[in-house]
Amino acid sequence: MSYKLGIDVGSTTLKTVVLNDDDKIIEKSYQRHFSKVREMTLEHISGLSSLLRGHELKVAVTGSAGLGISKNARLEFVQEVFATAGAVKRLVPQTDVVIELGGEDAKIIFLKGTLEERMNGTCAGGTGAFIDQMATLLDITADELDALSFGYEKIYPIASRCGVFAKSDIQPLLNQGARKEDIAASIFQAVVDQTITGLAQGREIKGNVLFLGGPLSFLKGLQKRFTNVLGLTQKNAIFPAMAPYFVALGAAYYAEGMPGGASLTFDELVLRLSDTDEAGSRLESMPPLFESRDEYERFQSRHAKMSVLNRDIDTYQGKAYLGIDAGSTTTKVALIDDTGNLLYKHYVGNAGNPLPVLKEQIGRIRKLCGDKTVIASAAVTGYGEELVKAAFGVDFGVVETSAHFTAAKHFNPHVDFIIDIGGQDIKCFTIKDGAVDSVILNEACSSGCGSFIETFAKSLGYGIAEFAELALFAKAPVDLGSRCTVFMNSSVKQAQKDGATVGEISAGLAVSVIKNALYKVIRAKNADELGSNIVVQGGTFLNDAVLRSFERELGRDVIRLSISELMGAYGAALYAMEHEPEASGLITAEKIAAFTHTATPAVCKRCTNKCSLTVNAFSGSEKPFISGNKCELGAGNAKAAGLPNLMRYKYEYISNYPLHDGGRATIGIPLALNMYENLPFWAEFFKSLDCTVVLSAQSSRELYMKGQGTIPSDTVCYPAKLVHGHIEDLIQKGVTTIFYPCMSYNFDEGISDNCFNCPVVAYYPELIKANMGNIEKIRFVSPHLSLNDQKAFINKATGIFKDVIPGLSASEVKAAAKKGYDAYRRFRKDMILQGETALKTAREKGLKVIVIASRPYHVDPEINHGIDNLLTSLGFVIITEDCVSHLYDKPMLNVLNQWTYHARMYNAARFVAQHDNMEMVQLVSFGCGIDAVTTDEVRDILRENGKLYTLLKIDEIKNLGAAKIRMRSLLAAMIERQGVRI
Amino acid sequence: MRRDGVIERVAFTKEMKKTHTILVPQMLPIHFDLIAKVFKQDGYNVEVLKTDHKGIAEEGLQSVHNDTCYPALLVIGQFIDALKSGKYDADKTALLITQTGGGCRASNYIYLLRKALVKNGFTNVPVLSLNFSGLEKNSGFKMSLRVFTKIVYSLLYADFLMCISNQVIPYEKTKGDAKALVEKWTEKLLNQMETPLFVRLSRNYKAILNDFSNIEADRSAKKVKVGIVGEIYLKYAPLGNNNLEEYLVSEGAEVVNSGLLDFVMYCVYNRLFDKKIYGTGGMGYLGFKLAAGFLVKKQRQMVKTIKGHGMFTAPADFEKVVTMSQGYVDHGVKMGEGWLLTAEMLELIHSGVQNIISAQPFGCLPNHIIARGMVRKIKDNFPEANIVAVDYDPGASRINQENRIKLMLATAKLNMGVSQLKYEEVPEIHEAEEKVFA
Repeated sequence: MSYKLGIDVGSTTLKTVVLNDDDKIIEKSYQRHFSKVREMTLEHISGLSSLLRGHELKVAVTGSAGLGISKNARLEFVQEVFATAGAVKRLVPQTDVVIELGGEDAKIIFLKGTLEERMNGTCAGGTGAFIDQMATLLDITADELDALSFGYEKIYPIASRCGVFAKSDIQPLLNQGARKEDIAASIFQAVVDQTITGLAQGREIKGNVLFLGGPLSFLKGLQKRFTNVLGLTQKNAIFPAMAPYFVALGAAYYAEGMPGGASLTFDELVLRLSDTDEAGSRLESMPPLFESRDEYERFQSRHAKMSVLNRDIDTYQGKAYLGIDAGSTTTKVALIDDTGNLLYKHYVGNAGNPLPVLKEQIGRIRKLCGDKTVIASAAVTGYGEELVKAAFGVDFGVVETSAHFTAAKHFNPHVDFIIDIGGQDIKCFTIKDGAVDSVILNEACSSGCGSFIETFAKSLGYGIAEFAELALFAKAPVDLGSRCTVFMNSSVKQAQKDGATVGEISAGLAVSVIKNALYKVIRAKNADELGSNIVVQGGTFLNDAVLRSFERELGRDVIRLSISELMGAYGAALYAMEHEPEASGLITAEKIAAFTHTATPAVCKRCTNKCSLTVNAFSGSEKPFISGNKCELGAGNAKAAGLPNLMRYKYEYISNYPLHDGGRATIGIPLALNMYENLPFWAEFFKSLDCTVVLSAQSSRELYMKGQGTIPSDTVCYPAKLVHGHIEDLIQKGVTTIFYPCMSYNFDEGISDNCFNCPVVAYYPELIKANMGNIEKIRFVSPHLSLNDQKAFINKATGIFKDVIPGLSASEVKAAAKKGYDAYRRFRKDMILQGETALKTAREKGLKVIVIASRPYHVDPEINHGIDNLLTSLGFVIITEDCVSHLYDKPMLNVLNQWTYHARMYNAARFVAQHDNMEMVQLVSFGCGIDAVTTDEVRDILRENGKLYTLLKIDEIKNLGAAKIRMRSLLAAMIERQGVRI
Repeated sequence: MRRDGVIERVAFTKEMKKTHTILVPQMLPIHFDLIAKVFKQDGYNVEVLKTDHKGIAEEGLQSVHNDTCYPALLVIGQFIDALKSGKYDADKTALLITQTGGGCRASNYIYLLRKALVKNGFTNVPVLSLNFSGLEKNSGFKMSLRVFTKIVYSLLYADFLMCISNQVIPYEKTKGDAKALVEKWTEKLLNQMETPLFVRLSRNYKAILNDFSNIEADRSAKKVKVGIVGEIYLKYAPLGNNNLEEYLVSEGAEVVNSGLLDFVMYCVYNRLFDKKIYGTGGMGYLGFKLAAGFLVKKQRQMVKTIKGHGMFTAPADFEKVVTMSQGYVDHGVKMGEGWLLTAEMLELIHSGVQNIISAQPFGCLPNHIIARGMVRKIKDNFPEANIVAVDYDPGASRINQENRIKLMLATAKLNMGVSQLKYEEVPEIHEAEEKVFA
């Protein structure tokens, strides 16, 4: 007989289990390994000397970071999901489904029926690391997050696919003052959603569910959410106390089954683990950031030259100007004298709510100023701009881009490129002719931002300053690639496996942040493309490793101010000075002491968007401040009403299309993907054949949830994911025939070389057929057809519909098709006509026009999240790309122009290029592969003609915070440019 | 409207045939080696790029939109990396890239490559399109019927060599024997191409079979068979799939990979299906019909010869493959690998290869439908199917991919009865865990 040792090396923790001769557990352990995988294992095993010495040992290693160890120490490796299944079958055989959440891994195992084992692929959303990150964001521990979650009142929608997106959902909620209890529960809800969509991928989670892994064992609130959402009873939701050790136990069981010859003595095992011969593949390394101390000192002294003069606030008398930057994770305050010298500055983490920090700060500043210094004007910028402005009577709100440009210009009038890397966002802008020329923001992705490095430092057990310092002289920084945080997590995992030092990882992260910013966000080819006077800003650049990486990647020196992290606030202060009001409304010293703030959740009922709102009440202010709204309606401002908005017009045309009630057959049509454009055709076609058409409900989050469980690919675009909900809705309405055709081809509008639909739009019905079990209960008609060739369609149509519509004749079909084609043409003509009218209105009233370039299904408010309302609330007239795409012939392009909907965007870009007072905003759904081709080309067409290019990536994320900054910056840039031209 | 930003296409002139080196990205090592040499015999200085290092993906990331699919990123990265390496005179180099056409964004590779060239300052480098649908033409790059025939035959031979060597490599006693034999035959076939001898398929097939069956092999240990399906580049190219075939062999598996001929036939058949579905086709239709007939006949000959020899497994008959996707996806699904990918998974399962890797670029659009989208239904109908979808991407770490593959292999070994793991059913319920403590 022999002892069995199971070693589970996960991404963040090390777990071991020892079984004695009778298969009883005599030792188990669970600890974080802080990336010192081999050392920790050796240390732990060595400590078990008295327990293990003298016994034969059978050892198996498992876990995502266990492979390297097993190779080096020549120990048996067993894949972790496989190990888990082994332990479960032995201990809890009644289990139907296992859900295991680890540090960076999530797994689901279906044991009953078809055995299926799935793990998260390249996405680490919804894992322990995600929860840790979210807790860090709230500045609490995971345990505190857990405790908070029990006091929730409402659940906010938080994008669940990826931690990165969730962050950008949560941050604005925090800044708007939403309750932490609600956010905590919403975070857990997001984890549950992710498990259902990302892992179960269409297979129902039911029966006895066993929950494993650290997070599911320690976090009771998460347990509760899983039990609730999956509708499990106490009996069939199994949370074993052994949860964290299950995988290690599985490895031990696996070791038991290995042939007898595989036994080791204790000393042999220790020897093997001590063997430091690090064979196998390593991540490629890069040269150190600094070769010598000397080099570092030269670097430091060069940057030390760029500093702002300080002036003693205690002795200063006169006017002062206050600037506040209420950023996503930090709050920055700058007070300047009338020449721009710094009287007071403060930089502090705001723990997700800027108000308490600012109450304290403004109080202190008021006290320091006393009667001798008058705060003549105040301005605020950043995510929390509106909330802070309302709370403290700040005189001005400044768009972030303007604030940063104002500050940079102050130090270098020739500045032509500014990059600001903050906690959650990257902002870059190019300056041309003294005005902001283009704005680039990281959209829906915060990899490459400061909080990311910070979170990493924390998870490895270091403070950010210490972590940054380790990087400076690290010998061989690891090359972690330049993509999303999620992917970088896996790369770090691999670096850990390879035995990279913390310094090497830190340096690697610094380089990654920069590569992300340059190649992912800015997508620059070389330094010349950026400009010759580059100013870097934001707290992240205080990290010398990041600054160094940036200079090296560009191959040129850049300017970092000593107040790099304060530039937004400083710029706001300068703005306040430039726009000094007669009397500042800033909250007085007396009132600030008694200032209180309460936040209450609510739902806006002004339109169909049903935004989640937060109603903020402040002491001393009668009017509450409402945040979370997408448009100005929710905030009680109705100035937007009445401006032409063709996005909305088109949606209403389609969704309110008169449908026929006929006796011959009833046909359900999902209002999804290609149906947005083709509905007029089909509605009239079926009307002519006296059939009733039933349309699926309007898209909504609830509708999406209805079909969420049957989505097989979690990386497909949101418009496609919504199809599942629409089909489910039709089935629930009792429709027994659903018509949803596959369409490789679209209408040829004469402006492209071919007239394809994208593969997802073209073939999604095939996917529905293969993944929605309910379809089998009804008739799902999804023929491959093309409407482009009228004759060919008429020839085919009788065959397609003869089983659906009783007694169908060829001549009827011909007449019906004619009605359909007429209706489609009417619809197209109407859009063009409405577009002309809107443009005329804009011209007459001198209004600015935005042409939204997108796909027909983007008119759905659930997909565009009300971006059109946001634009009209800023005073823009909106037309869509299909209003003007017919005005030109086939364009000359550097890409193959073969998709009908995309061809429209190229022509619309040409239209924008030739008209003043008009810009384009391109909407791109996350995951749209085709748009990787179109966006660059649309951008080039616009840029060649001196136009701005604005791209908005949209997903499930409801919050328009980032979009709002973009749109306001766009407006500001348009106004500035006009000023320059005159 | 004229656009200043429109890139002028650099023509490949007749003179360039003599002066220029034509670079080709690696995809299928056996095929591309053979075909490159056939072009060489015809006077084109063709060279297959065999570079494999991280800088390639980096070049790709810098040269094309980062959300572009991984194969495009790698192919373009490999070209730019080669041009920058200093090994080639940029004024005397041309690039050859295949162009399939169709609704997938892959048809845009050639345009993205041209953009990348301009971005990197290689404005004089001509890009040649290798296509059989008349998309782009160049005066200096014309295929005579003779060369065309040779290429078709090369394709047949390469498919054959790949199919047979895959069945020998995992078992060979001396590592490298099979590979050496592939090289030997590549040379031999090239010599034959100088003469009309190369058309004697059956005779060559038999000789190849005999040679490979003579390699000393140990077949005593049963090995797990793993089929690879996927996006065409990632399915084959070692640079793209992180040497997937080599990795599988090192993990004790035998690789089953269908030939390139199947993809060619898929493209040809789609034209036939177009006529059925849309009533289009016209004059070309007849040509495609003839081509389909020819290729099917040639494949049958291959299958027949292998079966006649008796030692190796023959590839599936394409006419059978065509019917496999029935009940899953319609033949109208023709973007990317379309219905073929689904059909291939099913064909593998039917022929006893239940373990399948679907190699796909992260975010690949057709794959949402034909690969991931069909797995559930396939598993419902064939519970023993053991399919893993692996995403490839410049950021995806190898360890993650290997871990997923390992899981598939562990399950495969369990299914085969090779695994040592045995389960004891313990009837006790939840309290069971308490009993495991000493």
